[in-house]
Amino acid sequence: MKTIRIGSGAGYSGDRIEPAVELAEKGDIQYLVFECLAERTIAIAQGAKLKDPAQGYDPLLAERMLAVLRPCHEKGIRIITNMGAANPAAAAAKTRDIARSLGLEGLKIAAVSGDDVLETLKSGDHRIEETGEPVSAMAGRLVSANAYLGAAPIVEALKAGADIVITGRVADPALFLAPQIFEFGWSMEDWDRLGKGTVVGHLLECAGQITGGYFADPGVKDVAALARLGFPIAEVQEDGSAIITKVSGSGGAVTTATCKEQLLYEIHDPAAYLTPDVVADFSQVRFTQEGPDRVRVVGATGRPRPATLKVSVGYLDSFIGEGQISYAGPGALARGRLALEIVRERLALTGVEATELRFDLIGVDSIHGGALSTAGGREPYEVRVRVAGRTGSLKEAQRIGNEVETLYTNGPASGGGATKSAKDVVAMLSALLPRDLAKPAIEFMEA
Amino acid sequence: MKLRDIAHSRTGDKGDISNISVIAFDEADYPLIEAHVTAERVKALFHEVVHGEVVRYAIPSIGALNFVMRQALGGGVTRSLALDAHGKCLASALLDLDIDLDVPAPGRSGRLD
Repeated sequence: MKTIRIGSGAGYSGDRIEPAVELAEKGDIQYLVFECLAERTIAIAQGAKLKDPAQGYDPLLAERMLAVLRPCHEKGIRIITNMGAANPAAAAAKTRDIARSLGLEGLKIAAVSGDDVLETLKSGDHRIEETGEPVSAMAGRLVSANAYLGAAPIVEALKAGADIVITGRVADPALFLAPQIFEFGWSMEDWDRLGKGTVVGHLLECAGQITGGYFADPGVKDVAALARLGFPIAEVQEDGSAIITKVSGSGGAVTTATCKEQLLYEIHDPAAYLTPDVVADFSQVRFTQEGPDRVRVVGATGRPRPATLKVSVGYLDSFIGEGQISYAGPGALARGRLALEIVRERLALTGVEATELRFDLIGVDSIHGGALSTAGGREPYEVRVRVAGRTGSLKEAQRIGNEVETLYTNGPASGGGATKSAKDVVAMLSALLPRDLAKPAIEFMEA
Repeated sequence: MKLRDIAHSRTGDKGDISNISVIAFDEADYPLIEAHVTAERVKALFHEVVHGEVVRYAIPSIGALNFVMRQALGGGVTRSLALDAHGKCLASALLDLDIDLDVPAPGRSGRLD
């Protein structure tokens, strides 16, 4: 039976780069996929594109392409990535320029667009999922709206001979499903196989999270060599069965335990994982360890795809101001608490207009609040005061950090290492769009 | 016994929803976990953090439970004031749950608003 090997070269935009080079050079793969778009990335990239029409793609695109284009070209590995973010065409042009600068010839690069549905969403009668509010009511604050496209335009680009496919917003597993559909000639209505291919994509899309990253817990779950963690490879057969593995000799581990954790990562109902291509069912999946760092996955299936596409909507939400300062040694906890009380009173006295405030002692209660944090007896040697607040303007946000910083000369004894920040917040909501309202398009370039 | 002795866990995030998996190291321990780790207990443990409903899904084929917790991430990952906006630290907190073998299991539970 025909087998293909797909490598996962990045789990997020800022991920390590050498594991992808290792996959290209030693992974014996035919496809290298980079999933680099977090929820908010496109909304931020949209801002960059507005300032400069040649920007708006992933900030690490050039560095990644410089590192992997040559080994991929030499071994005939095709690259699929959503690093196009808000501007796939500009990302493709940049990739073409890098290929030429490396002296690589004959590379066909495809840019997939059509995920940008901002104008469609503004003009129609659409509602925000989380709030029920009409999208039109947010018009002045909307920054971006991108539909999660499926595997189809990527498959089309591969059929047309693309060596590199660069997209904007595409469902993460679809980046991995597309080469399986293309190589095995699966029907776009073979729900069982699309479900199987989607589980492979889901397992691979966070790269190191299935090879031992986000897993180690010393003494309970030990993982070797996380500093040179290997990224995963899926070995897929045309019936949809797959083995998850990694480059021999790389760090980390692929075990049934790492696979189980990743199977349920960011999943709600495991029997209904909604994607643009299929409603995948992970509820009967089983894993078997077939050898060192080799795990077989079976049992996924699927049902017909949803009638609507999920749209990720970026909007200007608010501003956040923050300040931090440290206290250490005897009495550190009491001084930290005093500091928080002083800032609380100062923000009220000086009339800082915050709609939401948060007072934390890092090292004591900042992550899960007071009830879960162990109060039991021993005081921490050091604490870090943190005050954060939401405001309607940058100026008000700056006042929050200032009130923490002034603790240096006005607050408890021995406060050190104050930091402050203020930023605007582009937040994300979602909407559902009838699928025919998003129209994928492909543009080809040659290096 | 702590849950950490028999299970491992991972947190994921989507908008204002956090999900936590609880996975038996040894699938033979799955019935014990299913009996003791209920949506009610998870909701009670995280009462300061999770303000919406907690729904539990069972995946016996891998010996795991999945807890989906709404209004759990300070209004959403992209706007939260929290230091751990993604709620990634929640999984470790859940593993501190006591599994008391002398106490009869509270039974099965699906949804808790």
